[in-house]
Amino acid sequence: MGSTSSTLLKIPNVEVLMQETGFSPAHIIRLHDRFKALDKEGRGHLCPQDFGAIKELAMNPIGDRIIGAFFSPGKETVDFHTFVKILILAHFRPVDKNRPKEPNSPEPINSRSNKLKFAFQLYDQDQDGKISRDELLKVLQAMLGMQVTEEQLESIADRTIQEADLDRDDAISFEEFRKSLEKVNIDHKMSIRFLR
Amino acid sequence: CHRLLPKMEGAWEIAFVLFQVWLSIVVGLIVLPAMFGVSLGFTDIYIKVLVKTLEWATLRIQRGQKEQPTLPSQSANGIIEKDDGSMEEEIGELRRSHPKNLAGGDFTMCDAFYFCKKGIENIVEDQVTQRFTSEELASWNLLTRTNNNFRYISVRLTIIWGLGVFIRYCILLPLRITLAVIGLSWLVIGTTLVGLLPSSNAKNWLSDLVHITCYRICARGLSATIRYHNKENRPKKGGICVANHTSPIDIVILANDGCYAMVGQVHGGLMGVIQRSMVRSCPHVWFERSEMKDRHAVAKRLKDHIADKTKLPILIFPEGTCINNTSVMMFKKGSFEIGGTIYPVAIKYDPQFGDAFWNSAKNNMVSYLLRMMTSWAIVCNMWYLPPMTRQDGEDAVQFANRVKSAIAHQGGLVDLSWDGGLKREKVKESFKEEQQKMYSSMIVGLDCHEASEGPV
Repeated sequence: MGSTSSTLLKIPNVEVLMQETGFSPAHIIRLHDRFKALDKEGRGHLCPQDFGAIKELAMNPIGDRIIGAFFSPGKETVDFHTFVKILILAHFRPVDKNRPKEPNSPEPINSRSNKLKFAFQLYDQDQDGKISRDELLKVLQAMLGMQVTEEQLESIADRTIQEADLDRDDAISFEEFRKSLEKVNIDHKMSIRFLR
Repeated sequence: CHRLLPKMEGAWEIAFVLFQVWLSIVVGLIVLPAMFGVSLGFTDIYIKVLVKTLEWATLRIQRGQKEQPTLPSQSANGIIEKDDGSMEEEIGELRRSHPKNLAGGDFTMCDAFYFCKKGIENIVEDQVTQRFTSEELASWNLLTRTNNNFRYISVRLTIIWGLGVFIRYCILLPLRITLAVIGLSWLVIGTTLVGLLPSSNAKNWLSDLVHITCYRICARGLSATIRYHNKENRPKKGGICVANHTSPIDIVILANDGCYAMVGQVHGGLMGVIQRSMVRSCPHVWFERSEMKDRHAVAKRLKDHIADKTKLPILIFPEGTCINNTSVMMFKKGSFEIGGTIYPVAIKYDPQFGDAFWNSAKNNMVSYLLRMMTSWAIVCNMWYLPPMTRQDGEDAVQFANRVKSAIAHQGGLVDLSWDGGLKREKVKESFKEEQQKMYSSMIVGLDCHEASEGPV
């Protein structure tokens, strides 16, 4: 009744969205309001500049990579659906352990594996399935800036590859990435949960 | 027929009397205290009352609509849980489960998760979103924003919105325009009068007085509440004051607490009148359009100005002043090549009541001012940063970046329009350093001795 359902109706395909993401109507509405607040021009979709306007994101060393993750290659805009899906994928909600596991159901969007893939993509900018030494250096540079010397950056990169690179091809594939983070508990600490 | 005439005269008389009364109230309660720098506390009380009323109205209306009552405790915490740990704590937790013993520092690939999470959190939430649920936020936006993106939510809300619009446009706006007119005419008349005096200390003192009172009146005219921090770092004579630029109102805000020599391009019309009269009472630096193209001439004039220690500190917005509207390039390096001591100032507007940002591509000055004058209030913070000078071995660009990052760090640059990759680069530069510093101290701090030992 009242504003909730009328707002919901304005969002296209909201039923599908709720089902895929498991968000409640209230959550969807919050995200939708946020989406609209970011969409200052009222165009119905977001472009990279809209994300760029978020001050704290600009402060984040890998902020522009995170922004880039919302836009699939070649696309300049992101609609609400994709926006929500990527948020979920990135960090929302720990894997729902209470959901009954049907044998043939597709992997939930925010499974651990998908989350790792998301993080992997932040490193692997050219999307070739491997984190090359160069790409690793670039991320390190973004995160450390001018606070460390070139040599230190290179030595950190070398060490990281050395530890993770199992097939000795001087790059880290997704499997190697996954293996090296096997024991790390990303679900609990690194998930964002809605209050309520 | 002639019975109507006396009535009309009577009506005019009444109107005239009312006008006089109103004007004297305005003068007595606003202009005079402004001149003496006395705050009657109205603006503070006004803002407190305003915020409380709007919040109450927002929550009240929405609560009434809902079928199930929501738990009130959410309002304070935002829509998402946030871990308030520091960067060190959170990354430390991440790494705890890592097989390799990383107690000493060092980089791992899972560190990226921390930054990623923070980034996503910021995408989902900002300061204003935090306080309300989504329906409440919609109501709040409706009541506080001047832009008429009217969305029908409920009858009650519409009535209150209408009331708000009425108050803002029919009560506040005329009041503010009156104040602005009074303020500006006072500036023109006052400075012209002071200009007639021979040069002396008295003249300078009077000139300062005239300027400051005008800006104070204008500030009241915007219902501006300004909080000053670190007043001990206030710009001194012979120096250059540098500030981040969000809107034309920055000038009013800065000049409320000190006297500056303005820099800008000569304009015609009303602006020109104001400029010409201002310069009569104390030296400001106005450039002809032709002079602006010659960077050396510009720099020379500014240098001469600050060399004279009796002249007021220059006020410059390195991104481009609003008065002259010339390209950003002109002053960007220029102000930092002149020499002298730079006094950085950070200005941050409180986003509660809407955007103070002037998108010059979208609104012209008049419509922007109209928008500001029909908004509820303007609240901002101003930080005076310690003075900086160019160091040896530093060129102007590096110096400029250093100053910018100090300003940005203190106040946080508010949304700038992303026109030109140029501005985008600047923001990244200045902000990230802080984060990078924090992160690197975790990684490299203890790494140093490892590196020097050579590869294992």
